[in-house]
Amino acid sequence: MQLYVCIKHVPDSAAHISIVDKTHIDENLTFLLNPYDEHAITEAVRIKESLPGVEIIAVCLGKNDADKTLRSALAMGVDRGILITSDKRHDSIETAQALKSAIEQDGTPDLIFTGKESIDAEGMQTMFRIGALFDFPVATNVVRVDIEADRAVVDSALSGGIVNTYELSLPCVLGAGRGLNTPRYPTFPDVVKSKKKPIKKIMFKELNINVSLAGMNIVELEPLLQSREPKEITGDAGEIAETIIRILKDGAKVI
Amino acid sequence: MMKNIGLIIELNNGKIKETNFGMITLARAENTELFAIVIDADTGVLKEDLESFGITNIIDVMLPEGQQNNPVICAKAIITAIKVFNISLVCGLSTAKGKDLLPRIAAFMEAPLIMDCHAIDPEQNLVKTSQYSGKTIATIKLTGEVLILGVRPNAIAPLKAHTSARIVPVELDEKNLVSKGFKVIKTSETDESKNINLADADVIISGGRGMKNADNFDILSKCAEKLTAAVGASRVAVDAGWVPYSMQVGQTGEKVSPLVYIACGISGSMQHFAGMKTSGMIIAINTDATAAIMSNCDYYVKADALEIIPELTKLL
Repeated sequence: MQLYVCIKHVPDSAAHISIVDKTHIDENLTFLLNPYDEHAITEAVRIKESLPGVEIIAVCLGKNDADKTLRSALAMGVDRGILITSDKRHDSIETAQALKSAIEQDGTPDLIFTGKESIDAEGMQTMFRIGALFDFPVATNVVRVDIEADRAVVDSALSGGIVNTYELSLPCVLGAGRGLNTPRYPTFPDVVKSKKKPIKKIMFKELNINVSLAGMNIVELEPLLQSREPKEITGDAGEIAETIIRILKDGAKVI
Repeated sequence: MMKNIGLIIELNNGKIKETNFGMITLARAENTELFAIVIDADTGVLKEDLESFGITNIIDVMLPEGQQNNPVICAKAIITAIKVFNISLVCGLSTAKGKDLLPRIAAFMEAPLIMDCHAIDPEQNLVKTSQYSGKTIATIKLTGEVLILGVRPNAIAPLKAHTSARIVPVELDEKNLVSKGFKVIKTSETDESKNINLADADVIISGGRGMKNADNFDILSKCAEKLTAAVGASRVAVDAGWVPYSMQVGQTGEKVSPLVYIACGISGSMQHFAGMKTSGMIIAINTDATAAIMSNCDYYVKADALEIIPELTKLL
């Protein structure tokens, strides 16, 4: 069984983001494995441990230095990695095509994992596009995965505590949500072992990608500035509560 | 040229969720005709409400029996409506339901999609959305025959614009309405589903480390009930096991834009702000005057939320 996990090299969520030339961020900061992809990898490893003959392959589209993120994936239990190198920013239509093409070149997927979204572009759609290109069924924000003979039974979490249970025939594509598991971080021996695992590099332009007429292009990126001017509410508990009620009534008009 | 805009209306127990009206307001522009796409509902009952926000066509979509919860079938039915009515821009709410539906439509049509938009220019095909954990605003140009947008709930306040509308059914070819290798087994609701949805709420009261334990969240729930507010939490409270993950607001939780966000005992990490910084008003209650949230809010109270909130509940 070949299990592919699509991962992304993203800026640390705690990093300060500054913008250069109006459309790009200054990339001189720490990049990490996208947090939702950690759940995807952890689930893949769990499946490998419960079934015989599973190979896990991580695939990443990014710049050359995204191999660091692939190394983290290898340390978490992935068997080998594929890095599709490109210096450009690609929208999810191109990304899905590149990932599909690289997976197809490499092997025969029985299951493809992604995270439910990346924390940089926040697009929430690549898993569906990969599914449509392969004609595989898709579920996202999955918080439980059971693999049976030729199918996956998953719980997909909608907001407000509503959960849909879907049955997908294999191969399928699953977007991992945070409730799926607790990521298993590598130990020192895992990290040492991961250094021997192979990473294959392919260039984006070597892949078979159709130029799509559809696209999403960032024309401007600006920092979200906060212009709040905090005012203090003082008094004893009762007075403070009264002031808050007045603000809710007259200021925000919600009561 | 007149542009046809489709608006996928999200219903709750057969009623139109309030946040749909903000979405319609956001999409309304010169030289556009608005088509409400309504799935499995009594459109006659909804007509008046939709007319008061500028909808001129109500597309009545009835899914085959037993497929009501199937997002694949729903996506395919909407694609039929898009084609039949020559719709070139489709908007839906960026809610959990929307996140399972809109990308399916976009993927099947190989159409561009931007989720969580808070501004739309239908003439130029430009939208604004947040990126990099809410630290930046991206203006994105979409190209393609049909463009799909997920609209952030509460992005703007609804504004009325009276029109009259016709109801038009769309004929579905059941042979095309298949979901290959995909079945809905069941839909389950947990206890939390009885509460007000975080994404749609006008007011949210959230608790963090300062809540100290799970039981103290009842204090927030009682106040929320009086305010018809939703209860949220910071990651600290979720990781401590005090409340379920579905209540988490932030980078890796729900992203919300209520009119008022009341943060109780929340320090205000960058990751928490990523999920709530677009709130209309932020009121922070914290014993620690140096907490980040105290200098990045509209009102702050240097006190223990466990003392203030019960007083507030009493007065409501």
